[in-house]
Amino acid sequence: MRELWDLFFTFSRVGLFTFGGGYAMIPMLQKEVVSNKGWITEEELLDYYAISQCTPGVIAVNAATFIGHRRRGFWGGLFATAGVVFPSFVIISILAVFIHNFSDIEWVQHAFSGIRAAVCALILSAAIRLVKAGVRDAKGVCIFVLACIISFLTSLSPIYITLVAALVGILFKKLSEGKT
Amino acid sequence: MIIYLLLFWEFFKTGLFAVGGGLATLPFLYNIASRFDWFTAFDISNMIAIAESTPGPIGVNMATYAGFSAGGIPGAFIATCGLIIPSFLCILIISRFLERFNDSFYVKSAFYGIRPAVAGLIFAIWIGLILNCFFPDGLFVSNIWAHIDYKSILLFLGVFIALQKTNFHPAAFIALSAVLGIAFKF
Repeated sequence: MRELWDLFFTFSRVGLFTFGGGYAMIPMLQKEVVSNKGWITEEELLDYYAISQCTPGVIAVNAATFIGHRRRGFWGGLFATAGVVFPSFVIISILAVFIHNFSDIEWVQHAFSGIRAAVCALILSAAIRLVKAGVRDAKGVCIFVLACIISFLTSLSPIYITLVAALVGILFKKLSEGKT
Repeated sequence: MIIYLLLFWEFFKTGLFAVGGGLATLPFLYNIASRFDWFTAFDISNMIAIAESTPGPIGVNMATYAGFSAGGIPGAFIATCGLIIPSFLCILIISRFLERFNDSFYVKSAFYGIRPAVAGLIFAIWIGLILNCFFPDGLFVSNIWAHIDYKSILLFLGVFIALQKTNFHPAAFIALSAVLGIAFKF
């Protein structure tokens, strides 16, 4: 039971400080789930993020379900998912009741311009750690660079890029297996 | 009662078919707006602003906000559950599958290819974010030097260096940057 609540509160913290899309939660996940708790490794974080991105639903929620399920089965998944959703549910409900033009308030806009700059730095630092964990050899560098360029320049869905990368990974391993 | 069932069903469909994160729910929300009077297309642009300027996954914020406009707190709860349940079940199945096939050659090789690709995708997102942050008026304006957001560049560099040198929690940097944003009118 204690670990279930631990999952709930850990993912609540992640949800509370995720500003922007699902990628904005990666720095928080690295700190809370990889460094502090040691629940998963950097490599697993990449794997779970990849799957979360290719499955239906919100990426942050999928990642929470995944990590929770890996730790403590069904209930772990449920508590982690409830945790990541809980802060936004409370905050949005409060805003919807009391403040109708929240995002028009001047100091809110200033605060979020500041947060955006910090989130850029957090994501860069997180991405560098993920590259160190995920890119192991020259082939990996090629996949990394190609995925980055294609995704930045075209509007191709990340799902296709991930799926093609999976096929390329299998192909590379098959080829190198044939050599040895 | 019927409104709650409808809310659940509509957001269940959204959660089931919106692949690729919170913003992928947008086409579904516009579709809901055109068929029900829970919220209008204009409300959706408001919701995006609110969802982006509050913590939490954007898709969840959108569902909570839309559910609330349609049916108060219970509506918000039911819409959020509807959005989450399909992906929850989907992930449980995949996670079980992976537990069993973790050591299979194909699963391992697939992830060997996927890991660098996902790192690349995250870098691509970062490039987009940083361009938006440093050049809020876009890259294609005359006299670009006057349009650069120097305050944001300074804050970005400060946070990035601090992240390498110290071990503070990311939340501390977010809180600090919000305060700086207000104090220096970013």
